[in-house]
Amino acid sequence: MQVKNLITSLTLVASSVFSINALASDTIKVGVLHSLSGTMAISETTLKDTVLMMVEEQNKKGGLLGKKLEAVVVDPASNWPLFAEKARELLTEAEVDVIFGGWTSVSRKSVLPVIEELNGLMFYPVQYEGEESSKNVFYTGASPNQQAIPAVNYLKDELEVERWVLAGTDYVYPRTTNKILEAYLTSLGVAKEDIMINYTPFGHSDWQSIVSDIKKFGSQGKKTAVVSTINGDANLPFYKELGNQGLNSEDIPVVAFSVGEEELSGLDTTPLVGHLAAWNYFQSVETDSNDEFIELWRAFTKNPERVTNDPMEATYIGFNMWANAVTEAGTTDVNAVEQAMIGQEASNLTGGTALMNKNHHLSKPVLIGEIQDDGQFEVVWETDSTVAGDAWSDFLPGSKDLISDWTAPLKCGNYNVQTKTCSGKTL
Amino acid sequence: MKQFQNLIYGLIACFSFAFFSVYAVANDSQSAKAKSDTELLVALTQVKLKQMNPLLDQIKSSQAQTALPIFKTLLEGRLYYVRSGKHLIQMQKIGKEKHYFELESATALPHLTKKLVKKVKLNNSVRRYLRSAIAELELSHPDAKIRAAALQSLLSNLETNLQVTIEKRRALETDNKVIDLLDVALNLYQLKQSESAALQIKAIEQLASRLEIPVKNQLTTVAETSPDPAVKQAAFDALKEIEHSTNRYELVDQLFFGLSLGSVLLLASIGLAITFGVMGVINMAHGEMIMLGAYTTYVVQLLMPNHIDYSLWVAIPAAFMVSGLMGVIIERGVIRHLHGRPLETLLATFGISLILQQLVRSVFSPLNRQVFSPSWMTGSLEINPILSLTLNRLYILAFALIVFFALLTLLRKTSLGLNVRAVSQNRNMAKAMGVKTGWVDAMTFGLGSGIAGIAGVALSQLTNVGPNLGQAYIIDSFMVVVFGGVGNLFGTLVAAFSLGIATKFLEPVTGAVLAAIIVLVFIILFIQKRPKGLFPQKGRAAE
Repeated sequence: MQVKNLITSLTLVASSVFSINALASDTIKVGVLHSLSGTMAISETTLKDTVLMMVEEQNKKGGLLGKKLEAVVVDPASNWPLFAEKARELLTEAEVDVIFGGWTSVSRKSVLPVIEELNGLMFYPVQYEGEESSKNVFYTGASPNQQAIPAVNYLKDELEVERWVLAGTDYVYPRTTNKILEAYLTSLGVAKEDIMINYTPFGHSDWQSIVSDIKKFGSQGKKTAVVSTINGDANLPFYKELGNQGLNSEDIPVVAFSVGEEELSGLDTTPLVGHLAAWNYFQSVETDSNDEFIELWRAFTKNPERVTNDPMEATYIGFNMWANAVTEAGTTDVNAVEQAMIGQEASNLTGGTALMNKNHHLSKPVLIGEIQDDGQFEVVWETDSTVAGDAWSDFLPGSKDLISDWTAPLKCGNYNVQTKTCSGKTL
Repeated sequence: MKQFQNLIYGLIACFSFAFFSVYAVANDSQSAKAKSDTELLVALTQVKLKQMNPLLDQIKSSQAQTALPIFKTLLEGRLYYVRSGKHLIQMQKIGKEKHYFELESATALPHLTKKLVKKVKLNNSVRRYLRSAIAELELSHPDAKIRAAALQSLLSNLETNLQVTIEKRRALETDNKVIDLLDVALNLYQLKQSESAALQIKAIEQLASRLEIPVKNQLTTVAETSPDPAVKQAAFDALKEIEHSTNRYELVDQLFFGLSLGSVLLLASIGLAITFGVMGVINMAHGEMIMLGAYTTYVVQLLMPNHIDYSLWVAIPAAFMVSGLMGVIIERGVIRHLHGRPLETLLATFGISLILQQLVRSVFSPLNRQVFSPSWMTGSLEINPILSLTLNRLYILAFALIVFFALLTLLRKTSLGLNVRAVSQNRNMAKAMGVKTGWVDAMTFGLGSGIAGIAGVALSQLTNVGPNLGQAYIIDSFMVVVFGGVGNLFGTLVAAFSLGIATKFLEPVTGAVLAAIIVLVFIILFIQKRPKGLFPQKGRAAE
């Protein structure tokens, strides 16, 4: 009996493999590597849907190179090693031509060796800490100089902030970002005692003593602001505690890099009103392309209240650039598409165009928004022009001299301009 | 001569022209006053954010009476206008629905819908302006409490042009507390502006007992920059005195933080103390019982959107029922069959916890859900400028203690409690005496899970209501129960509060991450020394 079962299941597997092969010839496959279960499902499910929507739209336009696009969705379940396994599965079994995926830095780091070994192509759509440039990855989210540094400039110039609290969740993105920010602030002449750095565990919910510390730190007569790299679930209790202890956004503004429309939707935003966030995109920006995108998204998700956010725009830009690059290259071959990607332009949803630079990072505008009571942001400041994403921070001693340039003749992700070597070193 | 005559004619002409034009303007402004007032208000709907503050200033000076309610509505983000007529109205949220009313008469405007109106925008700089403007206008409010609050908020940003207003108020004021604050403000002015060292020292002496933060900051500046050594010394001494009492209050504050964290730990772990402590079942799905309780609160609020203030009273029994019922189902369906096999029970309940998490993810979406705080739970109880206890924490502390003692009474005084204790002490003997152990097991597990559900209601007021809510508390709960001694409710109480206080005293020194590690290491070492926890069970029950 068991043998029979085994045979049936084997046949099933075999037939499904064959059917994949049969399809492979007449479609272009788009891999989607976003967690649909586990802790990160909250953020990543949205991006999966965004890619599916983009694929559908592209197919309405007739696909690419005369072929239809086909999305292959896998679920890495917020489990970092599983990201690597699923990436391998996408590249070797489903043989996808491109992957859109990842959210946390650790998931990207987990995929990296696989995608480099198998020479795949991945688009990573989330703001991150930088200090990385791979031939096989395009980073369409913001690097620190496209989010953190402009935000600090805004606080310093517009709000005349003199004391800084750098509060973050204890993992790689906040640690690296805060290291960059600390170096940047010190270079601006901010004294050591005017910077307070604080790390909390994931999902920290008891903010009483930390908020009371911030209150004490902020009541020394100098204007104080909090730069928050606090991640995910820990944010709401943090803002609630701020409100309960009587700290409002006029006294001590908090500028956050991980709080967007999606995180705010379905929350009681009263304690957050007036606090700030820095992104490259806000849903509230009124442009024709953005209105169109929001309408499309709401129709696709069949939810008239559904919000959009910055990583969605990054996915949108990345997808459009990839489609253009494939058309231009006339093939989905990774090496050809990779070269065609550099210099690609695609329109932003906030007006203007994004440009893919030689270091696989985008040039995009930076916006600062104030949280409103409806969970949307009111743009209060934006950069005059686009800011080019920096793979290697200019403010860290280890990466100051490194540049990334994937065009000939350098073709190197970490070229040291001092020693003139491509070290292959990653921090 | 001719020239002189011309000059006189010219002068007469000039004067008469000036006179008539002044007269005309005066006459005009009488009738146009009302019109320009409404124009100012209409301008409020059109102006860019950057020009908002000067406009508000105009409104403030031209019509102090109407300005206050408008400013307040605007600060609360409830000032809207009708798109077509640029007519200002106010919005009020009733539950989740937005309703619109006339600004002054508060008559309802039911014909207005979301599309017909727009919100008057504001940002932090406007908010800051509004707060100080409101405080200024409220200085003469009939209620002394409001006057005091207004002064408090003015203190942090004392502008020189306010001095006259404050002096005038001081002459009129009758309330002692407000007089104190007015004196603080006047002394601060004195300290800032006076040239005479004697007057400055006098001001410093009067400020020395005040705990207001602006006082401390001003004194620090004086202590650092004053050219007069006597003034410097006086400021220094005053600062020392302030520092001393500040430290004392901060200690109380920290103690409160510790008690509050302890109460959360107690609520989360007390249900576990019953299921793990009394029944010996390692229930990894305990956290999910808390989560279910929190989601029940969410559903209850969905069902009664217009009575958020009372929703928690409904949610508490509802959460107890939902989680308790789920507990009974789990016990009857799974745990009963794994009796005496702790490892399998652990794995099975861990599986159940994953199932329940994914279940709420599928039913309620993976996004966190919005649970409102009733108005009586927001804000804080201000004892003095240094020490203020947040109300939600205060209520939860009280609630945790009530739940604890209610549970204790239940176990000690009721027949169910007697049965539970009998089964936990000697299962076979109890069985032999005719106690239905199966039924008691189910009830005990239901009770423990139900209490976890109640904890979920409390936690929904502090943290996110999402699928991962339970996981955040399960480790802490086990820590508390093991530390306190398995099977001893009082041990759980003591353990919860001592862990809470220890964490909160460690946190400022070591940071939150290291504090958690230190506490965990301490418990591990403690368990090595005393494997049965703080209060081990004695006698036969210990077997």
